[in-house]
Amino acid sequence: MIHAEGVRKRFGTTEALRGVDLDVPRGSVCGLLGPNGAGKTTMVRVLTTLLRPDGGSARVAGCDVAGDAERLRYRIGLAGQHAALDELLTGRRNLELFGRLYHLPRRTARRRAEELLDRFGLTEAANRPVRTYSGGMRRRLDLAASLIVSPPVLFMDEPTTGLDPRSRLALWDELRALVAEGTTLLLTTQYLDEADHLADRIAVMDAGRVVAAGSPSALKAKVGGDRVSIAFRDAADLAPGVEAVRGVLPGEPEIDAAERRLVVPVSDGAASLVRVAAALGAAGVGVEDLGLRRPTLDEVFLALTDAPAKEPTKEKEAA
Amino acid sequence: MITLEPPATRAQRLRWALSDTFVIAGRSYSQLRTQPGQIAAELVAPVIMTILFGYVFGSAIRLPGGGDYRNYLMPGIFMQVMALSAVAAATSVAEDMARGIIDRFRAQPIARAAVLAGRSLADLSKDWLSLATMSVCGLLIAGWRPHGTPLGTLAGFALLALFGYAMIWLGTYIGLFVKNGAQADAATFGWLFPMTFLANAFVPLEGLPGWLRAIADWNPMSAVVSAARELFGNPGSAAASWPLQHPVTAALCWSLLIIAVFAPLAVRRYRTAASR
Repeated sequence: MIHAEGVRKRFGTTEALRGVDLDVPRGSVCGLLGPNGAGKTTMVRVLTTLLRPDGGSARVAGCDVAGDAERLRYRIGLAGQHAALDELLTGRRNLELFGRLYHLPRRTARRRAEELLDRFGLTEAANRPVRTYSGGMRRRLDLAASLIVSPPVLFMDEPTTGLDPRSRLALWDELRALVAEGTTLLLTTQYLDEADHLADRIAVMDAGRVVAAGSPSALKAKVGGDRVSIAFRDAADLAPGVEAVRGVLPGEPEIDAAERRLVVPVSDGAASLVRVAAALGAAGVGVEDLGLRRPTLDEVFLALTDAPAKEPTKEKEAA
Repeated sequence: MITLEPPATRAQRLRWALSDTFVIAGRSYSQLRTQPGQIAAELVAPVIMTILFGYVFGSAIRLPGGGDYRNYLMPGIFMQVMALSAVAAATSVAEDMARGIIDRFRAQPIARAAVLAGRSLADLSKDWLSLATMSVCGLLIAGWRPHGTPLGTLAGFALLALFGYAMIWLGTYIGLFVKNGAQADAATFGWLFPMTFLANAFVPLEGLPGWLRAIADWNPMSAVVSAARELFGNPGSAAASWPLQHPVTAALCWSLLIIAVFAPLAVRRYRTAASR
């Protein structure tokens, strides 16, 4: 549904896109992930005909972005980083305006506005000017405005930036429902959990290139498999503990004596954990913490991009 | 559910382009309806100028050629308000760009020129509204009397509105370059307002030093004011340069030239401008 090959775009001396390939099958969700300045927004702007690429080619819904831009614009919806609405007009009038600009007859535009207001729970606020709306309501209206012609392909540029957690979850539900109805969705995000929750496939962008692509689980596997992590109660427990672990796990343990911690890569996940627990118990070693550690998308992200670590990585522990 | 296609024929394309233009103009009208305060504010300024100049300066300024100063003044104030319509046009287009609504317009299948053309039409209606308010005010308060033929008077207003339309396109073009409304204001009002004084709008040019007078003579605003005075049958001042000897032709040419240059430039800029 979206197919891009070697897309390049240069602004002055900066190369924003250095040959981006992207393939999004019909009815799937592609998450475009990357740090600020990676080129995500530029890519979306090329695919939605707002920018002309300097090189390469891209087709969306069967239309070439350069040669068939006008037809393409009837087949896509775009929700950008800022809610692109008229602040002075009411929610209803906004939707009617955008409907009319798709050349819908007046009555059809009005009916469509009504349907969308209803779907996004904005009927009560419909006659209020948008400047009185909350952030979540604005986002919903913005999404509604991008759905006026029921586009088969929807682009969302950082859709949940600035939303509170509740509105964020509500928007995710809305997006899932749209995808269930057959919409193809490309979304950019800096939130890894958002990509993890919504996307079938993730393309990680950095410095104008796709540096990795695949399903969320494939990307996690790329960075490394599961590891068993053990923290011992006393320094004296370390030596017998290592001994016991070596007996049941083939992997080479990584020992941090100062922290009294031991990390071993494993291939069979929870089964290893059970064996380690049994061995440590039998050896009578004092254990403070024992867990199976899986790589998170944060680690994938940091491993693949040059972005400096902003926060310590989260640990998903299954004890 | 709704599947739409681009226009199939040239006639349909033209019809849609016109429809887009009117829909955008309608948007501006709806915006105005939601803020009657702003319309009032925009109309108050010219009224204040009329009273201020008419009574404060009018008491001291004597026209070299004779004639009533307030009759001399009104066409100048009309022109000034038309010139400053560039400010409102620049501000509102810059604010749209900053909000990202222009991105939505550009991602929709709208005729290329429609967004700017629609706005310019709405701004032009505002110009007519200002002209009407000022005339009533001039007639009732300042004692302004057009002495030309009714047709000539109408032509005078039409010429002023044409100049206003040219300034709207100039302002639109500038508004597409700046980052927000405040910058747009500075980038237009900052030089346009002084320029309205560097013309024959408020004082006769006879007393100016030679180099300054040359600038004022060739200032398009002077041609517009002289043309309006001629068509309204209001007193003018001695004309030493070609544009002021043929003010109607000069004003028409200046206005059309500004539109011919800045309308296409603005439309091109609109299509490629990155929003911020």
